[in-house]
Amino acid sequence: MAAIIQTENLTRRYGQQVAVDGLTLQINEREIFGFLGPNGAGKTTTILMLLGLTEPTSGSARVLGYDPTRDPLEVKRQVGYLCENVGFYDDLTGRENLRFMAELNHLPEARVTEKVEEALRTVGLDGEGDKLVGAYSRGMRQRLGIAELLIKDPKLLILDEPTLGLDPDGTNKMLDLVHSLSRDRGITVMLSSHQLEQVQRICTRVGIMIKGKLVAVGTIEELAKRKLGEGGGMNLEEIYMRYFKEA
Amino acid sequence: MWTICKKELADHFSSTRFLILFCLILMVALVSTYMAAANIRRVLEGVSKPSNVFLLLFTTEGKFFSLVQFIAFFGPLLGIIMGFDAINRERQHRTLAKLVSQPIFRDAVINGKFLAGVITVSIALVSMMLLLTGMGLITVGVVPGWEEIGRLFVYLIVSIAYVSFWLGLAILFSILFRSLATSALAAVALWIFFSFFIGFASDLVADALSPVRNPRDPEEVVPNERLADAVSLVSPAVLYSKATSTILDPYRRSRGSVMIVGLFEKLSMERFQSPLPLDQSILVVWPYLTLLAALTLICFGLSYVIFMRQEIRSA
Ligand SMILES: Nc1ncnc2c1ncn2[C@@H]1O[C@H](COP(=O)(O)OP(=O)(O)OP(=O)(O)O)[C@@H](O)[C@H]1O
Ligand SMILES: [Mg+2]
Repeated sequence: MAAIIQTENLTRRYGQQVAVDGLTLQINEREIFGFLGPNGAGKTTTILMLLGLTEPTSGSARVLGYDPTRDPLEVKRQVGYLCENVGFYDDLTGRENLRFMAELNHLPEARVTEKVEEALRTVGLDGEGDKLVGAYSRGMRQRLGIAELLIKDPKLLILDEPTLGLDPDGTNKMLDLVHSLSRDRGITVMLSSHQLEQVQRICTRVGIMIKGKLVAVGTIEELAKRKLGEGGGMNLEEIYMRYFKEA
Repeated sequence: MWTICKKELADHFSSTRFLILFCLILMVALVSTYMAAANIRRVLEGVSKPSNVFLLLFTTEGKFFSLVQFIAFFGPLLGIIMGFDAINRERQHRTLAKLVSQPIFRDAVINGKFLAGVITVSIALVSMMLLLTGMGLITVGVVPGWEEIGRLFVYLIVSIAYVSFWLGLAILFSILFRSLATSALAAVALWIFFSFFIGFASDLVADALSPVRNPRDPEEVVPNERLADAVSLVSPAVLYSKATSTILDPYRRSRGSVMIVGLFEKLSMERFQSPLPLDQSILVVWPYLTLLAALTLICFGLSYVIFMRQEIRSA
């Protein structure tokens, strides 16, 4: 299995505060990696460093074989990043938003329409493509966000809280969508979330970050064995709380 | 860059803000030029047609002000209004994080927005100029010579460069300040300072650096005046007004302050002097244009440096 993301002692300081502290992590091809941690743990900061959107104070990272600090454009070409609380141009329709993204990704004119339609269909918005995004519901916006990433045929998706503010049904649909993208297209996924039950449903491996430090990483089974002992069950929520109290 | 430019252009032309502003400018321009035309026609009655009379259309005051004064006053506002929310609007709508995570260079974002603004301004000013020229042809009945057309053309370029400076400045502020209101206010404050208070400021600096103890002593007064003039050149408004008045008024030799003469004296004076040819006029304003471009470049340089290294979070 090839490593898609690899970090070595990745550290980011803001003044005195250490937002990410010596993170060493590997994410392999076709994994769905759940990135967990309380508010302010440093998840978003880590993601920003992986995309070359902020520079690490020390340490190094490789994404798809590129150094995001030196080669940010190549990374951005192949990685779809959904930021927490994505925004759209509300005065454009969903289709127009997608078109704009396609052009920014230098898609040839002839393929833009085809790609846009395909992305809309994949996320189930093909009926709503001509509505202004300002009139979209939260769930539709989130799905449009995913559609925007699909346009560039990403090898890796980095989703920062993709289920934030969705109702249970919307959350499930979103996770199913992510799951099917991983299964059908072989896309590697890294997603951060606070909804542990849902993460447990689709993630192949999780990492728990607390106060900038990665305190645990592994499959849910492994972590359950370590924290809850044999026959202690497989509840991610319980595992998470144990780590949280220890830290 | 072209993708962003294209989108911004569409935004500008469909925004109510721009349309209102453009209609306003067009209306004022039409009225003031029409009044100037009426004025000129009255004065010209019975006089044989002097040369360069067509330019007077733009520099003559009607009831309130001349077109040139109006553009000098309103042009900066046009630039500010198109640029003050260029970056921070995207930040507020959380689209900026998305934009910079696409495979484009960050400077393409700034360049695209700037270019779209310049194109919009150019279209606005050129179409206005054409309209006014047509109207002038009809009301005054004087056909402009090639030289006059050349002068108008140079004037347009200088004006576009001037508005572009303010656009560049407004974009810089939209990067510096997160709040839309702050960046708009900062830009307007700077505009007011450069347009209206630069005279006091340069006098103050000059008095501090080379004080005049005896107001009758030319040895002291002249360097003081020179210094004040030089200091006031940091203001793009001063640069612009000096450049355009030289371009549009061929009888002006020096770059000194305006002589106040009536319209008729202006026309009759011409019998004693010959106008400065166009290429000479351009030579006279060249340094001003260069300075204006340099100021715009400074805004750009700062924008790049700040924006390139800025961390953009969506929350
Ligand atoms: N620009 C900044 N200046 C100073 N401190 C910052 C800055 N950005 C982030 N931080 C700090 O870095 C820490 C990590 O923040 P980060 O956004 O990565 O957390 P997170 O894990 O994404 O949290 P959440 O679950 O709330 O999204 C926080 O404590 C935050 O206060
Ligand atoms: Mg976060």
